[in-house]
Amino acid sequence: MKKIPLLLLLLSLFITPAWAITAEEKGLNIAQKADELDTGWGDQKQSLVMILRNKHGQESRRRIHGRELEVTGDGDKSIIIFDTPADIKGTAFLSFTHVNKPDDQWLYLPALRRVKRIASKNKSGPFMGSEFAFEDMSSQEVDKYTYKWLRDEKLDGKDVYVIERVPVDKYSGYTRQIVWGDKAIYQPLKVEFYDRKNSLLKTLTLTGYKQYLNKYWRADRMQMVNHQNGKSTLLIFSDYSFNNGYTDRDFDRNSLKRAR
Amino acid sequence: MRVSEKILLLTGFLLVMSSPAQSESVSWRGNVTIQERLFLEDPADPRQHGNNFSIAAQPEMYHEWEGGKQNISFIPFVRLDQGDDERTHADIRELSWSYIARDYEWTLGISKVYWGVTEAWHIVDIINQTDLVEDFDQEEKLGQPMARLALIRDWGTVDLFVLPGFRERTFAGVKGRPRIIPRVEKNLTSYESSQKDKHVDLAARWSHTIGDMDIGLSWFRGTSREPLLSPARYNGEIVLAPFYQIINQAGLDIQLARGSWLWKLEAINLDGNYAKYRRATGGFEYTFYGVAGSADLGLVMEYLYDSRGELATTPFEDDIMTGLRLTLNDEQSSDVLLGVIKDRHHDSYLISLEANRRIGNSWKLSIQASKFLVDRLDQSLKSFAKDDFLQIELGYYF
Repeated sequence: MKKIPLLLLLLSLFITPAWAITAEEKGLNIAQKADELDTGWGDQKQSLVMILRNKHGQESRRRIHGRELEVTGDGDKSIIIFDTPADIKGTAFLSFTHVNKPDDQWLYLPALRRVKRIASKNKSGPFMGSEFAFEDMSSQEVDKYTYKWLRDEKLDGKDVYVIERVPVDKYSGYTRQIVWGDKAIYQPLKVEFYDRKNSLLKTLTLTGYKQYLNKYWRADRMQMVNHQNGKSTLLIFSDYSFNNGYTDRDFDRNSLKRAR
Repeated sequence: MRVSEKILLLTGFLLVMSSPAQSESVSWRGNVTIQERLFLEDPADPRQHGNNFSIAAQPEMYHEWEGGKQNISFIPFVRLDQGDDERTHADIRELSWSYIARDYEWTLGISKVYWGVTEAWHIVDIINQTDLVEDFDQEEKLGQPMARLALIRDWGTVDLFVLPGFRERTFAGVKGRPRIIPRVEKNLTSYESSQKDKHVDLAARWSHTIGDMDIGLSWFRGTSREPLLSPARYNGEIVLAPFYQIINQAGLDIQLARGSWLWKLEAINLDGNYAKYRRATGGFEYTFYGVAGSADLGLVMEYLYDSRGELATTPFEDDIMTGLRLTLNDEQSSDVLLGVIKDRHHDSYLISLEANRRIGNSWKLSIQASKFLVDRLDQSLKSFAKDDFLQIELGYYF
């Protein structure tokens, strides 16, 4: 092994200035800051209307409601329940998101009183006929991606950071995502999704952010446009409620039968 | 509809209407379905009907109060059938009260419980009797009176059941189709227990999720849900007489999720004075995601085993089921399921093709085609050889 002269080693400490962190580190720092600001909300529930539009502009609507439980040290737990159309009323989707391994997912089919496990790779599939994939609906954890800061710019008059994130999970349907985040509230305003062939698949736009419990920001509208099939899905959120006193029991397989 | 059935339905309705929680969340849902079955051949037994029309209704009412700690569920069911008097029937699928605490749950009344993981055949599932006149695939179940206590612990859920009152399996009547030949005569029903259908059965189940595995171990002691059928004479006609023995059944069900794979296994050991046997179903479901855009294509393969072999009371004793499920993930939730069950010893095939699609917001159209390709030497499926049919079902959901 070649010896590195001590002087050279000392010199190198001065050549790399302390403020010159890499784009990767900067991207990660932003993601960590966003996560930190959105920690401690405990539990929440909300109602939503899902509007599916095909490329001819024809619409179909469904009503859904959901609840989430924050899990420290791992991904969150969530249940999504369908209210309409009537033939799938009471159908419930239970998911335990994980940071370091594939998520656990179950679907409850009320007609048969049957809880069916869903394969892990299902996360890349569409959520109930919409342009949202299962993975777009699940909780966003820092460790689910690697990051790279790209640039700062303005979007609709707001100061934003632009970062690229690459999913760690091999079952993800995306090679990468580009996120435009609002510097004032550390929440995404726009996300571009690139498919497995690395071509632009979808764009998500989030609007109508409101603050809850004087701390947590939630969007009222999420519009997902699929550039490849011309379809789009709009989610309109309402009735956000926090501190509902949920426990793990409200997110177990027994609770699915009562999910209304 | 029998008088006792009418009284039960009325009692249920009154009970629900007088329950203490009118003001808090009451939710309704349900469906009314019309069904036409078109048979392609003349029946094997000339008394069996030809094309057949049927209508069924199943409203569901659910009340909950005390912030969801208590609830009442009421689900009556009624079917009127053109051709088969036995298929015209009513049942209370559910009429139960539940109390939900942090680490336990009580359910008292008539209820429905499902155990199991496989697709082709459900063998571990034993709490509810099969409503066989509904469909020969055995998916439909009768309501079962029960007291259920579920204990919820870190190491899993333990369900304890006391099941007073036994429900006889329903069988197609003289005119019914498809049906087994000779037909089953319910007036010749007999029991091992002197208490007959009043025998109180017991059951227990432990179930748990360990990472990507769901596991269940179950035990049942009581009247077998599956009758032993033996030839008998009834008014000069050769029929089958159902006999319900007392059994001990131990069951295991496991499901494992790995990537695109779901691995499934169900197995039972059934022990009675009149028959002892083991059954198992196991296999996998592999799904290709994003086929032709956003569709999913699932491949299902399962092996069905019964230790009685050719003497088994089901046609599936050494068979392989292959299924293809195409889910379009469109706004109308369209899907198509093709299933083929092949006997390993005979050249018999049971083929079924099922397609579902929502129309508008409240209607659903289901089309099902069933074909029985029966080997001459295959006794178990011979009855159905002329019963190929096309079923068209239109349901209104609310």
